[in-house]
Amino acid sequence: MAEPAFSLRTSGRLRRRQLVNRLMGALALGAALLAVAVLAIVVISVASRGASALNLAFFTQNEAQGFNPTGGGIRFAIVGTGVIVGIATLMALPLGVMIAIFLSDLASPRLARITRLALDVTNGIPTIVVGIFVYTMVVAAHGQSALAGSLALAIIMMPLIARSSEEVLLLVPNSQREASLALGVSRWRTTFSVVIPSAMGGILTGTTLAIARAAGETAPLLFLTSLGTNATADSNPLHPLQSMTLAIFKYSELADAGFQAKAWATAFTLMCFVLVTSLGAKMAMARYRKKLGG
Amino acid sequence: MEAIRTKIDVAGQERLAEAERETVFEARDVSVFYGGQRAVDKVNIDIYQRLVTAIIGPSGCGKSTFIRTLNRMTDLVPSARLTGELRYRGIDLYGPKVDPVEVRRRIGMVFQKPNPFPKSIYDNVAYGLRILGMKKDLDQRVEKTLRAAALWDEVKDRLKDSALGLSGGQQQRLCIARAIAVEPEVILLDEPASALDPIATSAIEDLMHELKRDYTIVIVTHNMQQAARVADMTAFFGLNVTPEGSREGILVEYDKTEKIFTNPSDSRTEGYVTGRFG
Repeated sequence: MAEPAFSLRTSGRLRRRQLVNRLMGALALGAALLAVAVLAIVVISVASRGASALNLAFFTQNEAQGFNPTGGGIRFAIVGTGVIVGIATLMALPLGVMIAIFLSDLASPRLARITRLALDVTNGIPTIVVGIFVYTMVVAAHGQSALAGSLALAIIMMPLIARSSEEVLLLVPNSQREASLALGVSRWRTTFSVVIPSAMGGILTGTTLAIARAAGETAPLLFLTSLGTNATADSNPLHPLQSMTLAIFKYSELADAGFQAKAWATAFTLMCFVLVTSLGAKMAMARYRKKLGG
Repeated sequence: MEAIRTKIDVAGQERLAEAERETVFEARDVSVFYGGQRAVDKVNIDIYQRLVTAIIGPSGCGKSTFIRTLNRMTDLVPSARLTGELRYRGIDLYGPKVDPVEVRRRIGMVFQKPNPFPKSIYDNVAYGLRILGMKKDLDQRVEKTLRAAALWDEVKDRLKDSALGLSGGQQQRLCIARAIAVEPEVILLDEPASALDPIATSAIEDLMHELKRDYTIVIVTHNMQQAARVADMTAFFGLNVTPEGSREGILVEYDKTEKIFTNPSDSRTEGYVTGRFG
């Protein structure tokens, strides 16, 4: 058999193209590794610096009275964050889900586009601006309270919940809606009895992500909930309450190394909460999508 | 032609004559538009009580569009519009005071792809009953309905299991059960067996023979043998290509099933049923 007139082996220009190809691949991989490394470095450095202050009492005790850099714990801040974020969720969840229903099942395409844009813009508002807004509307007249903080966080959570819920409502197959409507069931009954239950897993996952985001917010709470007050062991939302993010802020401003360690330990606690909830929510979401799609 | 003729079930033919006068649907010049596009052009048809009426025809001829006008499912498509007159037992279905929810309550529908709710078998059947307030003797109603849908023996021991665990054919019979549970007057079936294997299809067809004692049934199918097996009356929809090139569905011929399959009046029908096109 005669030798073919061409070769299938690498040569000339092709070699250069392959080199560029490998180089770009390596750069992309490097960028991805850098992202993972940043996360790892943050987690490790926060954990190592806070380690000296981390123990059971740190979670179960209230803040020590007076100037006491080593005693006491952050129970007050954990409770405060729980109350503030909890109330914010109670405000944002029903509103967000109603908006999502409007977007997915009721609005005309044009109206839906406008609403979506409004939500995305709201989502893009710097959180400190939300804080100032609530300050002028509520705090200026009624003073600082956990409730004011909840209101600010609810404004931040609402577009997140609305958009993520809309997405899962759209995943519910239309055939499910048709099946219900064809039985002579009205539209809103169909939405509440068929569409929402099918989408519930996804709605709760989106809400969990919004909770994780809100729990980590500092800026909107700065002058709404407790700064400059002596809020300690309390859980009444009408009173000023401490929160984990503000505890970090407060402790890190103090000169003593004991307080600094507390700031790191609080940061570590908050970070763990956010990481675990977001990871858990993302995993649940992936499972849920697969179930709904299959 | 001979081959098809031998397959025809003529058992329903005597009943046909006596029942023929009771008209359930009367369509007069019914056209359906999606936006500016006409999908179905001037259909005139009378559909009779307690008969199985099949709508056959090639893909895209507006069969599904037309059957969806019968219980106002077309309302769900915002751009859809209907002209002409469609009467249900003498009432204008598209009249100003007609509530589409009430229409669908009386005229049930089963879809091409089985679409059970992701709930238990029991809850699928009970869903409509609960919402429409037919809660008395719920267990008995569910059992009666599942028996009527020829599904009871297969599911009676696992009523609390998810409906999604059933086979495709069982799911479709469950969807039929769900539709008849709320005691509609008419059942519309939009290609109910097209996603099923021949055995499951045969079970659905047997079920239709049972159901036509109590219900008026309209079925869209593009399986001609199926129409020949189950239908008393058959409407053949064809495609009309306008000079501008748009394709519209038209009703070519409507008659007793036997006539459509053995001695059609229109050459287009004959072409379709003998397999020369379509």
